[in-house]
Amino acid sequence: MRFSGTDTYVAPRDLTLAVNAAIALQRPLLIKGEPGTGKTLLAEEVAGALGLPLFQWHIKSTTKAQQGLYEYDAVSRLRDSQLGDPRVADIAHYIVPGVLWQAFECATPSVVLIDEIDKADIEFPNDLLRELDRMEFHCYELQKTIRARHRPLIVITSNNEKELPDAFLRRCFFHYIKFPDRETRQRIVAVHFPTLKQELLREALEVFFDLREVPGLKKKPSTSELIDWLKLLLAEDIPPEALRAKDARDAIPPLHGALLKNEQDIHLFERLAFMARRKNS
Amino acid sequence: MLVDFFLHLKARQIPVSTQELLALLEALQARLVGPDIDDFYLLARTLLVKDESHYDRFDRAFGEYFKGIEQLPGLDAEIPEDWLRLAARRHLSEEERKTLEQLSYEKIFERLRERLAEQKERHAGGNKWIGTGGTSPFGHGGYNPAGVRIGGDSAGNRTAIKVWEQRAYRNLDDQVELGTRNIKVALRRLRRFARQGAANELDLDGTIAGTARNGGWLDLHLRPERHNAVKVLLFLDVGGSMDDHIQVCEELFSAARAEFKHLEHFYFHNGVYEHVWRDNRRRHDERLSTLDLIHTYGRDYTLIFVGDATMSPYEVDHPGGSVEHWNEESGAVWLQRLVAAWPRVAWLNPVNEEYWQYTPSIAAIRRQIGDERMFPLTLDGLERAMRRLASARG
Repeated sequence: MRFSGTDTYVAPRDLTLAVNAAIALQRPLLIKGEPGTGKTLLAEEVAGALGLPLFQWHIKSTTKAQQGLYEYDAVSRLRDSQLGDPRVADIAHYIVPGVLWQAFECATPSVVLIDEIDKADIEFPNDLLRELDRMEFHCYELQKTIRARHRPLIVITSNNEKELPDAFLRRCFFHYIKFPDRETRQRIVAVHFPTLKQELLREALEVFFDLREVPGLKKKPSTSELIDWLKLLLAEDIPPEALRAKDARDAIPPLHGALLKNEQDIHLFERLAFMARRKNS
Repeated sequence: MLVDFFLHLKARQIPVSTQELLALLEALQARLVGPDIDDFYLLARTLLVKDESHYDRFDRAFGEYFKGIEQLPGLDAEIPEDWLRLAARRHLSEEERKTLEQLSYEKIFERLRERLAEQKERHAGGNKWIGTGGTSPFGHGGYNPAGVRIGGDSAGNRTAIKVWEQRAYRNLDDQVELGTRNIKVALRRLRRFARQGAANELDLDGTIAGTARNGGWLDLHLRPERHNAVKVLLFLDVGGSMDDHIQVCEELFSAARAEFKHLEHFYFHNGVYEHVWRDNRRRHDERLSTLDLIHTYGRDYTLIFVGDATMSPYEVDHPGGSVEHWNEESGAVWLQRLVAAWPRVAWLNPVNEEYWQYTPSIAAIRRQIGDERMFPLTLDGLERAMRRLASARG
């Protein structure tokens, strides 16, 4: 099994190498990077490219490690017991397998996405050490140990909101998705909008990179914002000339709301544009 | 195999463990990459480095090891990009500012361009740049970020050798200044959760246990919600030499405000004496007695000073040393009093740690609060401070 990017996902050399290392050595792969650089998408694309089932586990601040293994649905059992349902005698009816259990029991190798692990409680990664290392865990209620039939490829994403414990990091491979350069970006855009006129594309990318250079922006526009913006430009049928008019009155790119997500940023940008206009006139 | 490389990384303070070295060897044995230094670099980085803030250090260590580049003194220092922006003037450190004053902006720009041109030559094969780097007015310049960018422009022949030489990850290094969000993350280390207030959250485990004990009849258990119970007193130095650090202090303050529910802040100038104030505009009308504070806030508060501790040494040692008024008791006495009232103390200093030894008042203050309680106001320093405060010793 080797991953080398897909029709809809441009993976630079360093990223494919990291993915292939994780596949070959069967270690979890930890992915970090600016928001919007395609961290979550990676797991989906890898699963798609390799033809493996994908199990997704989206982490919230209230998520517990146990929920990824299994949950004991005590409330259902309580209700059944009050109603005298005969199912209540067998506890197995109330054990709900979590994402990792499903992946471990899967008949084929699989891909598991643990999305935004940094959102969870600070102890969360520590609670998964053994599970990720040995790919097995013990179900106390059923008195049995669940072992992975095939070690799944585990992709973990993080937005760096919390520091992950060393013991956890030791078990992972790590890749930081850098903000792509102009060339890679052009490939990314081409993959998503093959019909987009070259000229419009070039102008749009120029505007986009100029915008990223504006000092003091709170949230710099990233790839997903660029793609949204291009979609809008296409839908609105904006001619390339409109983007080129840098020096004239239209120093603000059309539909800039798709690129700048923050009120202060838009104000800042408009102010800068205004100053640029005054200087030119 | 590769043990020397491994030890070299260790020596360059990249946290690697034997387990990871074995993983790397395993990968090589699995023929994951061909005999190609670029691929090896990427592979080694993926397997050995677990934090993007170490990427830059790794790039340097890798370059040194595989090219035998001697370590240049002062390579870690940096010409801030902001130099070229007048607005950012106040971020510059003392030394950088002096350099700035000696050269006009155009001149700096010109020199910078020269330097960049030379650096390009170096990439072309020569190493003249290394030879001249030491004597230039950018003495502590070394590699500069802008130069790196120029080197990278020729995207066509982009090889990984350049990738590590570009040091593209330097601004992810945790030694550099911080943004609000990063500060919040660092401050979060100090969180201590406690359950207080009304019991309005369902305690599922308690309910199940209680119900089981009850023989199956529902026995609901409730408990109070978890709150961050850390209480912080923040003493901020304002005015004078602190003007250079306004922005970073503002960021710290706004992050702390968002992070701690029990946060009380007070301002002082240079040293804490009889009075502090809450509102800087009305500092002379609405002063608070420091003794009252000591009596108001309990020992469970954590005391954090933010200040450059840069002042005349008399301010610390002698009564009447204050620049603003006649203080009956010396700054040291007041510091001792504060530390005795709130034993959990940290002092965050925006001045670069390397310059501390040149300022007598910094040494004096460190003597008062304990040497290991002053931390630089960088992300790394903040984390160290929070870790220290969160530890049992406080």
